[in-house]
Amino acid sequence: MAQVSMTVNGKAVSGDVEGRTLLSEFLRIDLNLTGTHIGCDTSQCGACVVHVNGEAVKACTMFAAEADGADVGTIEGQANEDGTLNVIQQAFQDHHGLQCGFCTPGMVMSTASLLKENPKPSVQEIRTYLDGNICRCTGYHNIVKAIMAASGQDVSAIAAE
Amino acid sequence: MPKDNTQTDGGIGASTLRREDIRFLTGEGMYTDDIQLQGQTHAVFARSDVANGVIKSIDTSVAAAMPGVLAVFTGADFAEVGGNPAGWLINSRDGEPMKEPKRPVLAHGKVRHVGDAYAAVIAETRAQAMDAVAAIEADIQELPAVINMADAVKGGSLVHDEIETNVCFDWGWIEDNRAATDAAIKAAPHVTTLELVNNRLVPNAMEPRASTADYNKGTGEYTLYTTSQNPHLTRLLISAFVLGIPENKLRVIAPDVGGGFGSKIYHYGEEALVLAASKKLKRPVRWTASRSESFLTDAHGRDHVTKIELACEKDGTFIAFRTETMANVGAYLSNFSTVTPTFLHGTLMAGNYTVPNVYVNVKAVFTNTAPVDAYRGAGRPEATYSIERVIDMTARELGMDPVELRRMNFVKPDQYPYASAAGLEYDSGNYDRQMDKLEAMIDRDGFEARRIESAKNGKLRGLGLNAYIEACGIAPSNLVGILGARVGLYDAATVRVNATGSLAVMVGAHSHGQGHETAFPQIVADMLGIDPESIEIVHGDTAKIPFGMGTYGSRSLAVCGSAMVRATEKIIVKAKKIAAHMLEASDADIELVDGQFTVAGTDKSVSFGEVALKAYIPHQYPIEDIEPGLEETAFYDPANFTYPSGAYACEVEVDPETGKVTIEKFAAADDFGNIINPMIVTGQVHGGIGQGIGQALIEQTSYDSDGQLLSASYMDYAMPRADDMPFYQVNHDDGTPCTHNPLGVKGCGEAGAIGSPPTVVNAVIDALQRGGKNITHIDMPLTPSRVWDAMNAKGV
Repeated sequence: MAQVSMTVNGKAVSGDVEGRTLLSEFLRIDLNLTGTHIGCDTSQCGACVVHVNGEAVKACTMFAAEADGADVGTIEGQANEDGTLNVIQQAFQDHHGLQCGFCTPGMVMSTASLLKENPKPSVQEIRTYLDGNICRCTGYHNIVKAIMAASGQDVSAIAAE
Repeated sequence: MPKDNTQTDGGIGASTLRREDIRFLTGEGMYTDDIQLQGQTHAVFARSDVANGVIKSIDTSVAAAMPGVLAVFTGADFAEVGGNPAGWLINSRDGEPMKEPKRPVLAHGKVRHVGDAYAAVIAETRAQAMDAVAAIEADIQELPAVINMADAVKGGSLVHDEIETNVCFDWGWIEDNRAATDAAIKAAPHVTTLELVNNRLVPNAMEPRASTADYNKGTGEYTLYTTSQNPHLTRLLISAFVLGIPENKLRVIAPDVGGGFGSKIYHYGEEALVLAASKKLKRPVRWTASRSESFLTDAHGRDHVTKIELACEKDGTFIAFRTETMANVGAYLSNFSTVTPTFLHGTLMAGNYTVPNVYVNVKAVFTNTAPVDAYRGAGRPEATYSIERVIDMTARELGMDPVELRRMNFVKPDQYPYASAAGLEYDSGNYDRQMDKLEAMIDRDGFEARRIESAKNGKLRGLGLNAYIEACGIAPSNLVGILGARVGLYDAATVRVNATGSLAVMVGAHSHGQGHETAFPQIVADMLGIDPESIEIVHGDTAKIPFGMGTYGSRSLAVCGSAMVRATEKIIVKAKKIAAHMLEASDADIELVDGQFTVAGTDKSVSFGEVALKAYIPHQYPIEDIEPGLEETAFYDPANFTYPSGAYACEVEVDPETGKVTIEKFAAADDFGNIINPMIVTGQVHGGIGQGIGQALIEQTSYDSDGQLLSASYMDYAMPRADDMPFYQVNHDDGTPCTHNPLGVKGCGEAGAIGSPPTVVNAVIDALQRGGKNITHIDMPLTPSRVWDAMNAKGV
């Protein structure tokens, strides 16, 4: 066992972990931050995307020990300070960009990274960027639309209901 | 009662944003694996790595002595308990009942597919349990596996020795029509024959299956948290068939569930195992599938091999459809595996058409593969694909426009109720209207110009259009009982008005993405004239909700929503009596308008809230005439299926250099009857189309000849990504209301997955034909290699 310390959603946390403990397990089990979801075992689905030192990372692909000293952000820390949905979260609700909600935390976290790198992505850039985030419910239409809207772009031309 | 689709006051017809989104978007959802219990332990399963084998011995002694290990179970521990049953008895053409081999909690004696669990370890941590599973010494003698259905029906290696065949049943529908259909086809001027494969799919809900059992030794009660679409059905199966736990001692909770698509309808052995283990250890036992386990053990979908014939007059008038299908049921009968290829498929084989003769033969075949069961659409996608592909082929052979051929054979609006030749009574529809709308949505008139433009870029452009009809909300119970169902197919709702005027509505349906928590209150709010925000939907817990059958087959709104309407009607009747007392009037004179009970023709009124308060604080109350409280339950058993229908169009470009298909446009014109929340309905259609396009273009479940699943991860199974999908045009205005349920609603959950696969394939074949390639069919998925191979085959 080794002790790890890190900042998660702005709070200092620490815990004892095995060498094989994944960051996703540390977040979910030790810190009870269960919004980070596990949808696969091959780093494909993206339900576990978190931010580590500002970069989008699949938390199932990183050992907790590797995040020692890091600044980690999870879905639980994304809302505005007053508890209201942030711009990305609000866009997902406004455009029905989620159904069962399981892939959603990863989608929101990946979107935040995308918009940080590319504040006005094209539809194709969004679709390409989401290569590592799988959704089975929405057919992606409303996810792409929500991300366009979150980036302040006009979505009225996107095929409506 | 329903208002038009444009209402925006938060009642019926409003695209109210989903209230459940708040918790999902902030990480506050509570899925089964998120639930941590004091003293919990972890189960991990030992699974067969061969497809067929005799279990000679299992030595668990080393595993049992490993650190943290609390218990080890094998099939022998469950030899005396019941099996997981098939929910529907199908009789063969000769009247013989289907073969129904036992499906045990853990494999005993034999393993029958890769992933078949034969032992389980319970340990303090998941890692310890995994280490101990690796130390189990199982001597399993591998036998030849039977993977391919054509091989399976010939006999040879058997999946279940005791039934002496690999054919579960040989079903005819409608058997009495067989001779007439054969004769009609023999005499027909034109017959088109198409052999096709409806490819096997893995449902792949993003949340893997998970189950946690918590046995309370003080009360003898079990609580099972599990990823289920229907907690009461799961409880019934465990209680009545598998473990014999009395229903009153078993509480099943399906909390937030991350998608189902059919795969979480069924009871699985892991649920029984954690229950038994929790009782033995007197501690909670949890299990969560890895994605690899999901691929190997979730019930798969589709997997039909079909020959369909369409006979018609020279002018295109349909005379007969005749279908021969082999349907793979895998190694064991999953709960709905026998009804899916039969009544959910054969009864739809008249499609949207006035064809006089239909006959369907289905052989269900055991193989050494994962069980196959209902997956989004469940039988209707298989029917629609066969019908709508063979019609396109017929149109080409007759030199007719494929849309005109369909239109001339459509059931017409003045023919309802229409008794189809496949045994259903369609209550409503307007297929021409959907097709009119579709042709405008896809801009069919502009296609030729777009095709020429594509050709300039070296691409082949094609357009596919087709109709579909499906059947949702399977019912009534009396009829399905005659047809072999072992369950009823009603649903239930309890409406509880709280003393302060807010409501809890307990429903048998389960929401795992469908947005019931938002849409259902819209209905009750409309009926009572109150704010939807004051209504809470309670679902997913057998201790809280009435006995309902859950969510599958696009039944929730049509069946459970109707029960909710009936219960709310009872609330109104009683509330009017209370109001009449308060207003010193006759209850026949009380009107409920916008949440106010008013004596007709006067200005005397009391609010809904005042009546609720009076019901719970019954002072100066006619206690001898009216019970206190305001809570009502209704069970609703539909008179018929609902029949959603529609028309779908897809426009593709094919790159002749690579065979790659790109979807340029996709349009869906659906008839779902009345609409409660258009935004949610649109989302349901999007998702279904996404899965349908996935089936048509990329998804393929591949077993090798030894029964190893080659596509067992997201690196090998082509799950649709955002970049594989187009935007979709969706329209469901102007529906024809269902005539037999109080809301006039039909099901919308599966339509997209039913209507779209033939659309995509028809478009690709159209592109190839227009490009001068004599290709009449390619089996799904239409991957670049399959398309390229077809284009470069000899003689094309």
